[in-house]
Amino acid sequence: MNEPQQSLWAFMVQQSDKLATQTLQHIGLTFISLLIAVIIGLPLGIFIARKKHFSGAVLGVAGVLQTVPSIALLGFMIPLLGIGPKPAIMALFIYALLPIIRNTYTGILGVDAFVTEAATAMGMSKWQILLKVQLPLAMPVILAGIRTATVINVGVATLASYIAAGGLGEFIFGGISLNNTNMILAGAIPAALLAIIFDFLLSRLQNLDLKKLRRAATILPLLLLILASFYLIPSAYGSKLTAGFTPEFMGRQDGNLGLREKYGLKIHTIVISDAVMYKAAYEKQLDVISGYSTDGRLKAFNLIVLKDDKGIFPPYYAAPIVRDDALKRFPELEKTLNLLAGHINDSIMTDLNYRTDYLHQSPERVAKDFLIAQGLYKPSRNGNNGTVRIGSKIFGEQYILASMYSMLIKGYTNYTVATKTGLGGTKICFDALTHNQIDLYPEYTGTGLLVILQPNVKLVDSVERDKNKTYLYVKQEFEKRFNIKWLQPIGFNNSYALMMRQKQSEKLAVKTISDLKHYLDKK
Amino acid sequence: MIKVQHLSKHYGSVKAVDGISFDVAEQENLVLLGTSGCGKTTTLKMLNRLIEPTKGKIQIDGKDILNGPPEILRRGIGYVLQNIGLFPHYTIAENIAVVPKLMGWDDKRIKDRIHELLEKLHLPDNLLNAYPNQLSGGQQQRVGLARALMANPPVLLMDEPFGALDNVTRTKIQAEFKELDELKRKTIIMVTHDVQEAFELGDRICLMDKGRIMQIGTPAQLLFNPANAFVQDFLQGQRLQLEFKAVTLNDIWELLPDAEVQHRKVSATDRNIWAAMEVLKEKGAVLHLQQVEKGPVKTTNFAELMSAFNRYQNHTNA
Repeated sequence: MNEPQQSLWAFMVQQSDKLATQTLQHIGLTFISLLIAVIIGLPLGIFIARKKHFSGAVLGVAGVLQTVPSIALLGFMIPLLGIGPKPAIMALFIYALLPIIRNTYTGILGVDAFVTEAATAMGMSKWQILLKVQLPLAMPVILAGIRTATVINVGVATLASYIAAGGLGEFIFGGISLNNTNMILAGAIPAALLAIIFDFLLSRLQNLDLKKLRRAATILPLLLLILASFYLIPSAYGSKLTAGFTPEFMGRQDGNLGLREKYGLKIHTIVISDAVMYKAAYEKQLDVISGYSTDGRLKAFNLIVLKDDKGIFPPYYAAPIVRDDALKRFPELEKTLNLLAGHINDSIMTDLNYRTDYLHQSPERVAKDFLIAQGLYKPSRNGNNGTVRIGSKIFGEQYILASMYSMLIKGYTNYTVATKTGLGGTKICFDALTHNQIDLYPEYTGTGLLVILQPNVKLVDSVERDKNKTYLYVKQEFEKRFNIKWLQPIGFNNSYALMMRQKQSEKLAVKTISDLKHYLDKK
Repeated sequence: MIKVQHLSKHYGSVKAVDGISFDVAEQENLVLLGTSGCGKTTTLKMLNRLIEPTKGKIQIDGKDILNGPPEILRRGIGYVLQNIGLFPHYTIAENIAVVPKLMGWDDKRIKDRIHELLEKLHLPDNLLNAYPNQLSGGQQQRVGLARALMANPPVLLMDEPFGALDNVTRTKIQAEFKELDELKRKTIIMVTHDVQEAFELGDRICLMDKGRIMQIGTPAQLLFNPANAFVQDFLQGQRLQLEFKAVTLNDIWELLPDAEVQHRKVSATDRNIWAAMEVLKEKGAVLHLQQVEKGPVKTTNFAELMSAFNRYQNHTNA
């Protein structure tokens, strides 16, 4: 136990710059949105406490917004507000709104009716009653709402990294993609600490007696403003072009690290999720993105791949990987899965992906159409000779492959199939496989090499240039270390690639990554 | 001073107050008496526009109170609530100073007035920085009264002012209340459901039922000349004690025996029979009474007082 702790500390020290930036961004995001939520939610709560017939509608709408899943909410925001901090703040604001409105409302209604009556009878105006009596007395309840909203926001703000708004989510999601526990913890622990610290501080505020509370209520807005401004501090740099890279790409040797090392590429970079990256490039919010060479959106959004002239992206040939004991239990499985081998090349895979990602055909339909066209499709035998569990990562290509395997197994054997698709990143999928939660999933040779095996640099250099060497190395190592077998490659190479809009690439005459570097280095 | 004409408050089809009229003279103490839901509190709250009337007219000093902003009206009328309604987040000093602050008094004037009132209400100075929840019920009620009196309003409205107190505290504060010179100069309208309290404190009593006035008059008028069966029934249960309180020594003056010797130390005759009995219940005690200065003096002991009262009763009830 001692060693990983030390290396976590070492990681945090080594990445302290990034950690500080992300923490400040995280605090900033949380409090900008909280500030806006207070500015809007507090008057709204006061309003519905006065005009009670509006309360149902206002609380209802805020309640419904609260139930929208956070990722979906971020997704909705992109067409409206693009990527970056704006949609993130908007989404966080929406989550913070309900507790603030509701607690303001209940807090004011909870003030003793005799006290309000006395205030009226003393000759106070409506505003004087609100400011001198109702709000001060409702303050503990209102603060409880702000406290709830803060804790929610610290949590949800981790998702902001999906849409290039920064925050500690960069480490968390980067770590999940890269199978790097230290990186996950370096994001998760500070995020949890922030939640605990803010919760504690606000609870202290809430428990102050009424007299001190009056002073606290004047300091609080100021404090919120200061914390909110944290977000603005780190983002004071720029360059000619803006790159959007996934958290996974950011931390990989065959990603951003390699780009810096081998090409010397220096570009203003923001971290963004794969799900919105292509669209953002298409909408000219990003100029260069890290993508996958077989991605259907390449075709959909008219992007082109920059040639990797120094060869830093290793081959990513896809093949199903299966636990040995599953192969033993299902003797016909290997033969069936290998039916697909050699049938899909890069352009076919791009086309299949295009159909799901852009034409919105279901992965099942795309898989079935393809198998029929290839003469591989057989109707299901409805067998009951045991269940094969197929997993997949959370993107279209993996869904299509999982569907194909499912159909092949049902059509060629007497096994039934259970699919567990959408298992997040590599780490989650691979853990599910090793912990006997699934029996197989499609993996890529480069991922197996760099993410799971993580051999030393020398070894990587010696095997990563040659697709067969890579395949043989991972096959041999997986068998030895995990008792997992790599079956025959499917045929296509879904490697990392840098992409640009076709028009921009032509205009700037940037065809290769070296061209890109020269363009950026030019004045 | 206060003139109420055809005042009504309707809630839908329910007539909480149904076309009542009454006058209150300057420095008079009028008690609105009745059971729950009779409309007495609604009537009181219309006087400072906590409730806006459906119909009718209210004049204070000849001015229609429905003209002008209600806040200004309310600052000129003291208000004491049953539940006191002190602001829990204000100190006692701040609570008392609410109205003068609204009226823009300077700090010195506020401070002087607070100390004046504290003394009159027998509240210790060290309470000023305490919060309401640190005070006893009786102290809170005194602070509530101080708050209402602070800006020295000519009119005071009191809604069950002693309702939240236990019996012992209640009797004590009622007695203080009667003695307070600040209150003697005020026109007071007070709501209560307690008949004893009404007879103890009211110059006149306005007995209400179902939004209408059943009878308005002095305690003695209600007792000995009830306007209808409702009034008679309402007072029946506690009749004897009420009579002790409603009848003063003046009323039975003719029936008291003359004094045999002239005495230097004489008592006034405006106290009621109940109060005289309190003095005379000691064994062998006597009261020397004089109705007008230099007039004749009468002496009575407990037995003679009771005998005179009995004859008075037989006389009026006949």
